Amino acid sequence: MIQLTHEPIDTAALTESVRDHAAGAVVLFLGTVRELTDGRRTLALDYEAYPEMATAKMRELVETAGRKWPITAAGIVHRLGHLELGDVSVAVAVSCPHRVEAFEAAKYLIDTLKQIVPIWKKENFDDGTTEWVHPGLDASSDTPSDAQVSN
Amino acid sequence: MKLSVQLFAHARDLAGRELVDLELAEGACVADVRTALAVEVPQLIPLAQGLLIAVGTDYADDHVTLDADDSIACFPPVSGG
Repeated sequence: MIQLTHEPIDTAALTESVRDHAAGAVVLFLGTVRELTDGRRTLALDYEAYPEMATAKMRELVETAGRKWPITAAGIVHRLGHLELGDVSVAVAVSCPHRVEAFEAAKYLIDTLKQIVPIWKKENFDDGTTEWVHPGLDASSDTPSDAQVSN
Repeated sequence: MKLSVQLFAHARDLAGRELVDLELAEGACVADVRTALAVEVPQLIPLAQGLLIAVGTDYADDHVTLDADDSIACFPPVSGG
């Protein structure tokens, strides 16, 4: 199951989709909306994607992981749109014959997703400002003060 | 040749639009897209060093040459998860 969705992620269905008699281990990773980042308080996150490329890259990740570990089945679901604190933004499920490779493959999938899959989050902070999260760039805030400066 | 570039996230917000039409010479490459974008949408210049270009569903280096029917996207570093 490789999917982008605007609905809450059905983590149970994703987990079931990778279960198999050949697997002795199933790892489920959930990314959830965190309240505090570097001392700033988040109220919500908005996610968007380049859907065609994001889906293609998620498929590539699963294929690559399948060459590195003996994966029985794997699935990734990423949610898009407006997410509140605690909501599940991403779910990765992997089954393997044994737990060590299942943990390693799940870590690879989420780590690499965060590096290459074209999905972006925008922070909605409790002071009313919003800010795109673009690692390595620092010119991404849409705060009232920035608007004044640019005017 | 005419090419449309899709923008995402902060790049789209800065540009104020999702699509930018560019007129490029035949045989143009990704570097030419960067140059033309900076002229057409100067608001993107502060992000320029960090902007990524995709051709189809793959990331593309500056030397990749383009065809008129390529899907091109431009966006800042990703932050899914």
